[in-house]
Amino acid sequence: MHLYELPLLFALIGLALYTVLAGADFGAGWWQLTAGKGHDAASIRDHAHNAMGPVWEANHVWLIFVLTVVWTAYPSAFGSIASTLSIPLFIAAVGIIFRGTAYALRSGASTVRELSAIDTTFALSSILTPFALGAAVGGIASRRVPVGNATGDPFSSWLNPTSLLIGVLAVVTAAYLAAVFLCADAARLGEPALERKFRTRALAAGLVSGAIALAGLPVLRVDAEPLYHGLVEGRGLIGLISSIVAGCATLALVWWKRYEASRYTAALAVAAIIAGWALAQSPVFLEGLTVREAAAGRDTLVAVTVAVLAGAAILFPSLALLFRLVLGGDLGRGESVAERPAQARSLLTALGPGLLPRLAIACFVAGVGFLTVADAAWAHTLGVFFLFAFIVAAFPAALPPDVLPTPLENPEAEKADPRAGGGSVAKP
Amino acid sequence: MSQLLLLASTAPTEINQDYLLQARQMQALSFVVHIPLVCFGIAFPALVLFVEWLYLRTGDELYRTLARRWTKVMAALFAAGVVTGTILSFEMGLLWPAFTASFGSVFGLGFAIEGFSFFMEAIFIGIYIYGWDRLSPRAHFASGIPIAVAGFTGSLTVISVNGWMNHPTGFHLREGKAVDVHPLQALFGNSYFWHELVHMYLAGYMVTGFLVAAAYAAARLRGRWGRYERTALAIPLAVAALCAPVQVLVGDWNGREVARAQPTKLAAFEGLGETRRGAPVHLLGWYRDGRVDYGIPIPRLLSLLAYHDPNARVAGLDAVRADERPPVNVVRIAFQTMVGIGTMLAVLGLAFLAVRWRRKRLPESRWFYGALVLAGPLSVVALICGWVTTEVGRQPWVVYRVMRTSEAVTGAGGIPVGYATLALVYLALALAVAWILRRLARAPLDLAPVTAEEP
Repeated sequence: MHLYELPLLFALIGLALYTVLAGADFGAGWWQLTAGKGHDAASIRDHAHNAMGPVWEANHVWLIFVLTVVWTAYPSAFGSIASTLSIPLFIAAVGIIFRGTAYALRSGASTVRELSAIDTTFALSSILTPFALGAAVGGIASRRVPVGNATGDPFSSWLNPTSLLIGVLAVVTAAYLAAVFLCADAARLGEPALERKFRTRALAAGLVSGAIALAGLPVLRVDAEPLYHGLVEGRGLIGLISSIVAGCATLALVWWKRYEASRYTAALAVAAIIAGWALAQSPVFLEGLTVREAAAGRDTLVAVTVAVLAGAAILFPSLALLFRLVLGGDLGRGESVAERPAQARSLLTALGPGLLPRLAIACFVAGVGFLTVADAAWAHTLGVFFLFAFIVAAFPAALPPDVLPTPLENPEAEKADPRAGGGSVAKP
Repeated sequence: MSQLLLLASTAPTEINQDYLLQARQMQALSFVVHIPLVCFGIAFPALVLFVEWLYLRTGDELYRTLARRWTKVMAALFAAGVVTGTILSFEMGLLWPAFTASFGSVFGLGFAIEGFSFFMEAIFIGIYIYGWDRLSPRAHFASGIPIAVAGFTGSLTVISVNGWMNHPTGFHLREGKAVDVHPLQALFGNSYFWHELVHMYLAGYMVTGFLVAAAYAAARLRGRWGRYERTALAIPLAVAALCAPVQVLVGDWNGREVARAQPTKLAAFEGLGETRRGAPVHLLGWYRDGRVDYGIPIPRLLSLLAYHDPNARVAGLDAVRADERPPVNVVRIAFQTMVGIGTMLAVLGLAFLAVRWRRKRLPESRWFYGALVLAGPLSVVALICGWVTTEVGRQPWVVYRVMRTSEAVTGAGGIPVGYATLALVYLALALAVAWILRRLARAPLDLAPVTAEEP
């Protein structure tokens, strides 16, 4: 592994996580669309919506991650891809807007008609987006993106057999992942009717996506020969076989109702395909451009690597927290654990009296002096600091007392609580 | 290999220049839609957290109700911000592939780090929104803190990229190619972005504060004025009223920084055609042929403001070739609008603070609340004018004095189709957001009768 390959590895990991996590969110849209009508359908739609509510935004960010790493570490490849494949990428972007908007609107819907219109918009964009992104990947995988500013064909680069195959596969695998995850969620929530429905859907979608993936191999052989050879004869074979094994294992686990384990094998089946593609294609990035040639300078690669590793150190514990809360039920439809605050205090003790207004004025004067009168950079830094201190210090004093509750006169409590800040807010 | 792309990029004649203006407008449209949402990302979490903190400290259900209702607004606006922000990152490639291809290695890191801020925001906003009934009050409050922090770090990294575009450093050009690239030095060793960051950060609090306060001012004008509305108005208004006067000072500092590093941009702000000593400021007017017509001149003020010396020499537009000047009237009108609105907002803020100081209550006159209703949308206008000022003021360069915007634009066709589609999509988005906000505002208040009394 060379330094110039590391950011690509990160981007591929990000792409795999996006495909698995956001893919499942896209797939939830598919099941909403095909839910039909009536009470059962509504329960399917609500289940699909609730399961991804807390996580879809975080899952979506993986796409941004992939984009930013690629354009930083492999800028010329990114420019070529984005300009030649501008149409499918634009379609995906529009789909993303509709999806996010529909999601934001759902909480405001009050009638069945509104809800079904919102869910339909959501579902259609959930199909459009993965298809368009898959088609774009197909253009890269079948080497239809030459180097340069929009030098490839704007249509055949993504309207070709390989692109269509990968686009359809993206939609189907999304539905498959969603069904597996939603089945596991239903089992966790103790909803046997939903569990049955999604179990059937998971098995069916698993078989369909497996069939399409295998039927696609002859298509690749004709349309994207280098990729085909890389997948069935070269290093990509590892990915292909892993995917087939994990896919079969998922079917078996779902069949035997071992849903929690099936989440991971389903994810592996999809991630392995991406790994297989990467291995089959390497070291070629685009036609006539290897990964090494596409890579940015050393300093940039080092900086990206360090930034990604440092970011990951914060990101993964946070993601783990989110998923633990969601999967552990605390953020699902769990019971309320909210409790009254142990000790209710008046605002007087919350903010407390003090010298804050005078401190605020002093900070303001210092801020003006350092920022506006003085000319040195260090003085400006101090000036900004003082002006922010002014805002913070003056804020409690700027809140009018007539909006606050009548304070309880309780100097004892105030002395006892060292955390009480200053401020003359609540003096009536 | 990337030379090939640069070859394409240094031959702008190949590219359909009709599309340049449309590509710029498309990018500008996307910013106009996204930036007000960014303000809510910067400031709203802190306001919601403050209200939740009041609830934790006082146990008063009113604060909890307020924080929960604001959380719903925050959730809707964040979702809209996520998707519009995604469009912006797509457009970096879709509209300006040659810019990204040539300089992605220099500035891209800023966005890569921003990606992690975005992750933090998305993760903890998920926890915060869905955790209201499912986490202990303290844990729930704590889960909101990373959102507010990420709002700051996110704007820091994005603005570091903008600062770099205005003041490019950290690389060398060899035969039109960026070599010897040091991205950290380019982004964070660049001294020319802190003023922009502070300016934008304050703007975030002003826009959020004035817009939220405007909503409750409108409620008051229609007769809804319980303790709930008073609290919901006073908290954002107090923040905005304090930020607005400070923003005047920070804006002045920004002007001096621009004078130092981008004199042509400053000349465009003021419509200063000729380089001269004791340069004046013109209020209003129209720039034509190197001078401002119909404006109200204030002698020597520009020299004084920019260099703290009434006789200082200020570079005019004539310091650079005609094809290196920005469109002066666009920049100048945007600048004057921003400054004008900013000044009015500061006056409004000071009026609020004066009433608070002297009478120890909220203002009571109708005109104040009428002005406040206007101040909300006007603050957004000022925000957008501010970005027009700095972005159009940088033209014709995408990377100041290094790469022209015309060299950066995509060679792909179909920009007009994309532009029209995006405009329609954004219209739908705006209508949808307006619809959801009205829905959320109309949901009945779930307050105990004691706290919902009318004054």
